[in-house]
Amino acid sequence: MKRVVITGAGTINALGQNVPDTLEAMREGRCGISNLEFRDVERLAIRIGGQVKGYEPEDRFNRQQLALYDRFTQFTLIAAREAIAQAGLEFSGDLAARAGVVLGNSGGGMTTLDDNYRTVYEDGKNRVHPFVVPKLMNNAAASHVSMEFNLKGPSFTVSTACASSNHAMAQAFQMVHGGLTPVMITGGSESMLCFGGVKAWEGLRVMSKDACRPFSANRNGMVQGEGAGIFVFEAYDHARARGAEILAEVAGFAMSSDAADIVMPSKQGASRAIKGAMQDARINPEEVGYINAHGTGTAANDKTESAAVADVFGAHADKLMMSSTKSMHGHLIGGTGAVELLACIMALRDGIVAPTIGYQEPDPECALDVVPNEAREADVNVALSNAFAFGGLNAVLALKRAP
Amino acid sequence: MSINDRVIKIIAEQAVLEPSDVALDSTLESLGIDSLGLVESIFAIEEEFDISVPFNANAPDEGDFDISSVASIIKGIEALVKEQS
Repeated sequence: MKRVVITGAGTINALGQNVPDTLEAMREGRCGISNLEFRDVERLAIRIGGQVKGYEPEDRFNRQQLALYDRFTQFTLIAAREAIAQAGLEFSGDLAARAGVVLGNSGGGMTTLDDNYRTVYEDGKNRVHPFVVPKLMNNAAASHVSMEFNLKGPSFTVSTACASSNHAMAQAFQMVHGGLTPVMITGGSESMLCFGGVKAWEGLRVMSKDACRPFSANRNGMVQGEGAGIFVFEAYDHARARGAEILAEVAGFAMSSDAADIVMPSKQGASRAIKGAMQDARINPEEVGYINAHGTGTAANDKTESAAVADVFGAHADKLMMSSTKSMHGHLIGGTGAVELLACIMALRDGIVAPTIGYQEPDPECALDVVPNEAREADVNVALSNAFAFGGLNAVLALKRAP
Repeated sequence: MSINDRVIKIIAEQAVLEPSDVALDSTLESLGIDSLGLVESIFAIEEEFDISVPFNANAPDEGDFDISSVASIIKGIEALVKEQS
């Protein structure tokens, strides 16, 4: 089996429009959550989110491209350009034929859907733009990445709500690990911050009106974010042969299904995925220094996740660090695991653990070291990234410091 | 129909019971209504009375809206109807 490493990373999210800016914000514990700005926001009860601000699509794409790129596709391409440029790869010949792109996404082109429903229902028009379908389909982002970079291998989109990116990255890992291809582009993106997108979430009554405070006793719900995280997964021997810089090693993963409830998480399902990822990566629980938590800031998730980690790690649970960066960038749903993987890379490569900001009151049911409010320097050799989705679908990735 | 009867009808429908089986001192839990059922009931109540109920599923016990029993829910709805009409 091939060892798999990460040789490129790219992102755009509420904390920054590239990886260096995002990591700097995480180091400084900056909050990217702000007042939402879009049409009809005044009709919402929830008006905050991790929205990408100061972003002009026209600066990045031409008119023809924008006619085809929903916001989630734009974010994906921006992140993919950064990741692939960092990796320094050009896809041609045999490499192009084998390399593909597997991405996570949950809502598809929600902004496109919202705008066009408005056109036909509210404005009463009987005609919509001809590209509505190719723009809103969930696989649009993966397809445009494949076209821009000439990726002709296995390519598709995985949709498992909040675990989409982790499931996608697990698939990409498996393909490189198994020798199917030396390189895969992977990660995920989401852009649901529009009237219809937030209105739908509002209905569930799990959103916070003021802040995302994971693991803090006074937390009162999740806050949505948007953006993308894209990575180049490459076979270690391939990367080494061409002298590529290695950011971290992807050592293994596990997936599990709760088979229990459509929205409530399960301790058993989460535990099985965490345990499974460590087994797959052949690491001992005592080696894990950092866990990027799913940490949504809801009562249900944070208690269940803390209990699962306490269960799996026993006494070591009190020694490891577990933070939720959703407190800073919000919950990117189908793209969240991808942006959160950056915090794992920062812990492994730079020795800096991103904090859980907005933490105000200890909760006895979440009694772990959640790295409250301030980033911390630490020597981390192994990190895990948790994602537990609505529908009870879980995916955990295990990473190691670059070999 | 009184506010009392209308709320009981909504709760009974959610619990798949006859309205006569919903006692004022029943808790939603005792009627077999789980967290999703609760959120759905509150939506139905908001639609029925055209009001907005301040309820966050992350902190169901906090806030002014008391969901500890059918009677407390009715009392809360009566106050909201008065306030918001």
